Amino acid sequence: MKTHPRPLSPHLQVYKLHTKVTSMLSITFRVFGAVLMTAGTFFFLLWIVSAASGASAFEAVQGFYGTWFGYLVLFGFTVVLFYHLCNGIRHLLWDTGFGFDMPTLRKTGAIAIGAAATLSVLAWIAGLAAL
Amino acid sequence: MSLETSLRSALGRARGLGSAKEGAASHWMAERLPAIALVPLALWFVFVAVIPNLGASHAEIVAFMGSPFNATLMLLTVLCGFYHGMLGLIVILEDYIQAHTARNIAVFATKLYAALGAALAAVSILKLSVGG
Repeated sequence: MKTHPRPLSPHLQVYKLHTKVTSMLSITFRVFGAVLMTAGTFFFLLWIVSAASGASAFEAVQGFYGTWFGYLVLFGFTVVLFYHLCNGIRHLLWDTGFGFDMPTLRKTGAIAIGAAATLSVLAWIAGLAAL
Repeated sequence: MSLETSLRSALGRARGLGSAKEGAASHWMAERLPAIALVPLALWFVFVAVIPNLGASHAEIVAFMGSPFNATLMLLTVLCGFYHGMLGLIVILEDYIQAHTARNIAVFATKLYAALGAALAAVSILKLSVGG
């Protein structure tokens, strides 16, 4: 049977995602949520379980977090956690029916990024001061 | 919305709950209640539990978790976090994995991991706080 080229539904590529702030914020929120539940819970369990296992295990894990890679993990997760937290508050506001028009979506999106960046920087100022 | 184009009443439509035949509202609400609790808990976790304990010795972490207040908040963070994370990850898996068997295995593995992780963390917290 002869087949004819049929119209295709738009692929992801046709959207200029880098110019669509709200969709980037949305998928980043989801990806960061998945990262927190997988790698995030792993690094947390490493810390709390080693503390409960005894001094030598805990010192080894604390030693790991003191390396440059350990700092990278901790810095990464402050950004991931605070972004998911701030954009999550946006989601809770949407659940009440607030803020579905485009200007408000862009405004609350910018506030979420700003708040996540501020909290991350604050955490790192406090973290480096605590060392 | 006020102009009805269907003879079906609004109540009848709401009662149908779609093709799933059961409410998604319970899953939806179950994901959000811990989310609300996690807003203050996550801030406490980063600024009170983690940052002051960066580079802490074992004796210092035992002293920190020895406080009933700290142990309680850590336990709540763990339970809310794993529960909220489990429900969230299941939604993602259900959205993106097409094959039934693979999807069911992934969802089941997520539930197992959440149960294991939450129990492991809870036992660790209790051991640090009351197991002296």
